[in-house]
Amino acid sequence: MDWLILAVLAGFFAVIWFRISGTLNYKWQWDRIPNYILRWDEEDGRWVANLLLQGLITTIRISIYASVLALILGTILGIARCAENLAIRMLARTYLEFLRNIPPVVVIFIFYFFLSEQIVAAFNIEGWARGIAKQEGNGIWEFFFGDMRRFPSMISGVMVLALFESAFVGEIVRAGIQSIPRGQREAARSIGMSWLDEMRFIVLPQAMRKVIPPMSNQFISLVKDSSIISLISVQELTYKTVELVSSTRMIFEAWLTTAALYFILCFGLSLLFRRLERVPQR
Amino acid sequence: MNPGASSIIELTGVSKYFGPFKALDDINLSVMTGERVVVCGPSGSGKSTMIRCINRLEEHDEGRIVVDGIELGEDTQNIRAVRQDVGMVFQQFNLFPHLTVLENLTIGPIRVRKMDKARAEALARQYLDRVHIPEQADKYPAQLSGGQQQRVAIARSLCMEPRIMLFDEPTSALDPEMINEVLDVMVELAGTGMTMVVVTHEMGFARKVADRMVFMEAGRMVEVAPPAKFFSSPDSDRARLFLDQILEH
Ligand SMILES: Nc1ncnc2c1ncn2[C@@H]1O[C@H](COP(=O)(O)OP(=O)(O)OP(=O)(O)O)[C@@H](O)[C@H]1O
Ligand SMILES: [Mg+2]
Repeated sequence: MDWLILAVLAGFFAVIWFRISGTLNYKWQWDRIPNYILRWDEEDGRWVANLLLQGLITTIRISIYASVLALILGTILGIARCAENLAIRMLARTYLEFLRNIPPVVVIFIFYFFLSEQIVAAFNIEGWARGIAKQEGNGIWEFFFGDMRRFPSMISGVMVLALFESAFVGEIVRAGIQSIPRGQREAARSIGMSWLDEMRFIVLPQAMRKVIPPMSNQFISLVKDSSIISLISVQELTYKTVELVSSTRMIFEAWLTTAALYFILCFGLSLLFRRLERVPQR
Repeated sequence: MNPGASSIIELTGVSKYFGPFKALDDINLSVMTGERVVVCGPSGSGKSTMIRCINRLEEHDEGRIVVDGIELGEDTQNIRAVRQDVGMVFQQFNLFPHLTVLENLTIGPIRVRKMDKARAEALARQYLDRVHIPEQADKYPAQLSGGQQQRVAIARSLCMEPRIMLFDEPTSALDPEMINEVLDVMVELAGTGMTMVVVTHEMGFARKVADRMVFMEAGRMVEVAPPAKFFSSPDSDRARLFLDQILEH
């Protein structure tokens, strides 16, 4: 099945290729692409990541952090959606409807200007990050967050993406919570458990196990959606590709390569999740 | 009943509505410490609703409910205090499927009573012995038979060392051949002097352990009588009709 999908895709690209070469008289320069993934640094005498790989790494980093944050926010939101208190429920509902009925790009800009920029400014994250960037031996920071001078923009990106995805994660969590039979909660209450313990030890563990498949899909969506934050100048894969295209004019090569990188990342993730789901559950 | 004896559950003028529907209608019941009360009545008569009010899984709308000296109201601390003292066994067992038998038993003592793990496990094993399934401690509920699951559920409640046990049709979801293993455990529990309120149609069990029978219909307590009288010559026609029906088969 997986191979079939890959074969169809390959065929599709072959046709497009043929048309572009024939009709547009486009001069392919595929040989230059690898250089933009890995580049031989003459001064240091070692291989370093160039634009595309840098972008890919940033995309992966941002995806991971945003997923964790989205999972936390989404869980809170999901719980709020099931709350007995009407005000809390309405608040969560409003947030969801806001995200559902406004185009993602607009949402991203609103979150960016109204929220993450304010937070970055309020905590003086910019100054703090620059301080770290100047220090020697900031290897650990660089490993986790890349170039520290870009840290504020990256944090903004993570926050914006997590806020955006949290609404959908919240809906998944809500469905999971509501799928837990009433009797489970009554049993927990009848032994005197507090609301918090009931959630933490009885409801959420069961709910989360049930929603692993839709949650995996949401995570893959998040990786794809991360390309939107190139609009707020986060230097992830899409942003870097735009940069590459504008400086080299290799429109088709660059975008196809980027498409392939996203594809490998997301398809690989879906294979991985499918395998994990097949691990026998008790 | 002797008014001097201490009553541990006291329902006074309790009514409960589901929307416009009156599920409980002016219930007055006082259960003495150590007493065993068996509640029966036709389906929809409010038996479950009544015992669920005792640990506030349902909120009553009128009247007062006092359990072990604590009045049930809005105060969540009071409610939790009462629930720790009142065990409940459900028709559908309601074991936690993601936890092992042992974890099902220890989660209450550890999280609610703040007991340390080793002591909680010792306690859990002791109660698994009491319900005759010490060897199932490390299995998951789904791996047990219905009768075993219900005994685990009883042990789970007992691990909180409650003063009162409520049972809501504990054998109704069981295959006939498993009913007795659960009833046996309940009879043994009655022998320890536990205060019990049991909703059941198992009249053999009722004869054996009940101090008092309560017959309900349409949200009212129609008849309250000692079992000997209740089974031989009930006052109300309703109760007689009901007994004829269930004792037939
Ligand atoms: N959550 C609820 N919402 C609305 N009506 C309810 C609810 N729970 C119970 N009822 C109604 O209240 C009445 C009493 O229900 P209850 O479950 O107490 O009866 P029961 O005597 O336990 O019956 P059974 O023998 O079938 O368990 C029924 O008519 C039922 O339809
Ligand atoms: Mg019932």
